[in-house]
Amino acid sequence: MVTFKDFRNNVKPNWCPGCGDFSVQAAIQRAAANLEIVPHELAVISGIGCSGRISGYINSYGLHGIHGRALPIAQGLKMANRNLKVIASGGDGDGFAIGMGHTIHSIRRNVDITYIVMDNQIYGLTKGQTSPRSAAGFITKSTPGGAIEPSLKPLEVAISAGATFVAQSFSTDLKELTAIIEAGMNHKGFSFINVFSPCVTYNKVNTYDWFKENITKLSSLEGYDSSNRAQAMATVMEHDGLVTGIIYQDKEAQSYQDLVKGYHEEPLNQQDMMIEENDLQELMKEFM
Amino acid sequence: MLHQLSWKVGGQQGEGIESTGEIFSTAMNRLGYHLYGYRHFSSRIKGGHTNNKINVRTSVVHTIPDDLDILVAFDQETIDVNYKELTSGGVILADAKFNPEKPEDCPATLYVVPFTEVAAELGTTLMKNMVAIGATAALLNLEDEVFQSVVDEIFGRKGETVVQKNMTAIAQGHVLMNDMLGDRVGAFELEQADGKHRMFMIGNEAIALGALAAGSRIMSAYPITPASEIMEYLIKKLPKFGGTVIQTEDEIAAATMAIGANYGGVRAFTASAGPGLSLMMEAIGLSGMTEQPLVIVDTQRGGPSTGLPTKQEQSDLMAMLYGTHGEIPKVVIAPSTGEEAFYDTIQAFNIAEELQLPVILLSDLQLSLGKQTVEPFDYSKIEIRRGKLELGELPEAEDKAYFKRFEVTEDGVSTRVVPGQKHGIHHVTGVEHDETGKPSEAAGNRKAQMDKRFRKLDHVNFNVPVFKNTPHEEADVLLVGFNSTKGVLEEIQPMLNEEGVKTNHAHIRLIHPFPTEEMKELIGHAKKVIVVENNATGQLANVIKMNISAHEKIISLVKYDGTPFLPKELLGRVKELLTDGNI
Ligand SMILES: Cc1ncc(C[n+]2csc(CCOP(=O)(O)OP(=O)(O)O)c2C)c(N)n1
Ligand code: SF4
Ligand SMILES: [Mg+2]
Repeated sequence: MVTFKDFRNNVKPNWCPGCGDFSVQAAIQRAAANLEIVPHELAVISGIGCSGRISGYINSYGLHGIHGRALPIAQGLKMANRNLKVIASGGDGDGFAIGMGHTIHSIRRNVDITYIVMDNQIYGLTKGQTSPRSAAGFITKSTPGGAIEPSLKPLEVAISAGATFVAQSFSTDLKELTAIIEAGMNHKGFSFINVFSPCVTYNKVNTYDWFKENITKLSSLEGYDSSNRAQAMATVMEHDGLVTGIIYQDKEAQSYQDLVKGYHEEPLNQQDMMIEENDLQELMKEFM
Repeated sequence: MLHQLSWKVGGQQGEGIESTGEIFSTAMNRLGYHLYGYRHFSSRIKGGHTNNKINVRTSVVHTIPDDLDILVAFDQETIDVNYKELTSGGVILADAKFNPEKPEDCPATLYVVPFTEVAAELGTTLMKNMVAIGATAALLNLEDEVFQSVVDEIFGRKGETVVQKNMTAIAQGHVLMNDMLGDRVGAFELEQADGKHRMFMIGNEAIALGALAAGSRIMSAYPITPASEIMEYLIKKLPKFGGTVIQTEDEIAAATMAIGANYGGVRAFTASAGPGLSLMMEAIGLSGMTEQPLVIVDTQRGGPSTGLPTKQEQSDLMAMLYGTHGEIPKVVIAPSTGEEAFYDTIQAFNIAEELQLPVILLSDLQLSLGKQTVEPFDYSKIEIRRGKLELGELPEAEDKAYFKRFEVTEDGVSTRVVPGQKHGIHHVTGVEHDETGKPSEAAGNRKAQMDKRFRKLDHVNFNVPVFKNTPHEEADVLLVGFNSTKGVLEEIQPMLNEEGVKTNHAHIRLIHPFPTEEMKELIGHAKKVIVVENNATGQLANVIKMNISAHEKIISLVKYDGTPFLPKELLGRVKELLTDGNI
């Protein structure tokens, strides 16, 4: 039997004590164990940031790439080997600033991977500048007079971009977070999971207590139907994005792999690479 | 009878000029002639002057000629823009519809032919192209049947009557022209060709076929001139081989997605031009640092910025050699012809996997879009080499001990495993790392890993790094170039020899790591080295100087107005350099 301990390696994270990212790491490890994935069949692809280090702290295949590009790398990997379980993850700057283009288009493309954002509303690694998720008025090193720009609404963006799975969680709620990651990994298509993961060092506003006070759990809302896109959007807007749970899921949608013409059932990386002589002759004939 | 002919058709973009050129050249290809075509076009889709010049020969040709024998004009602009190329024996076949006028200083003969009118009588003015082809047939003394198979292919889907009508248009053009020509009928008759089956294709198609033959099954790309044909070809063909093309949101995604797929064990690549390559630089560095194979095609066009997007230039060289920040091992390959483009693409994939690093396959607009005769590819020469990729069972490791994916080895290459393999778990990061991929900033480790990565460049297994045509042991001049200038250099080499200038020619196919020993030898046996290239700053000349100390011999000859070198023009410039006391 696989347990979460199988996903632990012997690397000690260099996150600050109390950083929200610890629980995200634990939740991924638990979810993978609960799904009975073996470590070598999991790949975690991460971006750059404090959060980006996560791929180095899980006993699985992992690639820590460049700032904002975890998603295209993860999609390329999944296309190469559709049997792998692929998780992409990174920070709010990684996914919503420098990598925002990839985020939107990955959602549209719907390749069967899971994307987990550790959203701390700040740039941690570069020591405390504003992020697209910082609220207007938020004071940071780069916004000494308070942020002028309004904060980005990732859930609304995801829903309007055509996401087939949108969820949000809070890193202290290990049980809910683990269940959501499991659901995301089981989802056929792209699953987008935003996680409030407080930065205890540089964000003194959006603290654990602040989230506890402001978050509404969808499970507490009577009659909430996560298959209803309009309701999902309305609920998110009503609560200014401060909800947790599975917000929207389209269980019928087909993933990108299902729709690609000629794409085989068995992984591409196991197929014969050499073309037949006959095929080459046929291809050449078209130019004669 | 002629051994060579140059023919050009021109008109407004979007008027079917391309198909006129296509039909004529495909028919000539099927007769066994060697062809080299070059399109002049602008960034507009409709409107704007466009022309297609085709060099037809009974022997190998890889260049556009200076002169023009036959100009088919569908508007006055075509005459005004192109008449200077016409020889005194040349002809203009112009559509009567626009009341063509011949400039006073034009030595050629103007024939005003009612292309549009004849076509209209047959039912549609669209067929004016066919009438023009018929008129061309009269000048070349070709049978109309020569065009039958091409017309069948293009119009067959529309039914027998359409095919028939088009053939009638050709026949009428032919008859009409015969009457006008009188005793000049067949004035441009060519010697018979050998009738061999060869391909007629653009360089981009050769590259795409090369990628397919190399076993590449994923291409991630973002459209750009002059690279798009590579993805467009593979979009049609890859699904039959289980693969796919993914059109990404930008070139950063294209390059990084290809890295992800290579990491997963599939040969993946991308293709772009200068602006896209600029966006990919960080990803190229990631490939170098994390030792993930990556093939990137750069079809050079006029830069900088958006530059001259539809014009010839070779100005990305330095950026391809040194574009990424920091220092990574990288291989840069530059094929010159359709044949080389095919085989070198396969070599690029092999080297990328053998050495686990980024390989840039450099092309230029003239090679990528110039349509040329290409000898059928030899299946037996296709070889797939994957180096130290270990896809079999791996030895059991100690609990949680990572696989040494970046093990320091003698040749710098480590055993490569891919996600999904049992006992192969390791980390990959663009941060400096130890042998298992875990981040490490230790000075000793840093040096060991840097040295390991760079050692790989001593083991590049590339067939024919330098193309050589060196008839002289001691030469007066060594001509050097890269990419598509090979054809024009091959053309002027015998001309110079004839004039008593002992001329050798070297075309560099593997630019990085630079074939220093080979080039040193060649340069050592030449009084002067003339480096011919399409850029303003003499980038290849500078690369040679960086590697070989022969600065006093090296003369840079550049052209950067967006047009390719032409043989007579280049010959004149070379001779000028030589009479300037350089020899
Ligand atoms: C191209 C590029 N630009 C800038 C940086 C510097 N940088 C590293 S991480 C980061 C932002 C980190 O913020 P976030 O993504 O929210 O991650 P966190 O540290 O908060 O987890 C920046 C700007 C970089 N590594 N690469
Ligand atoms: S700086 Fe913030 S985000 Fe980074 S490790 Fe520390 S607490 Fe976590
Ligand atoms: Mg952050």
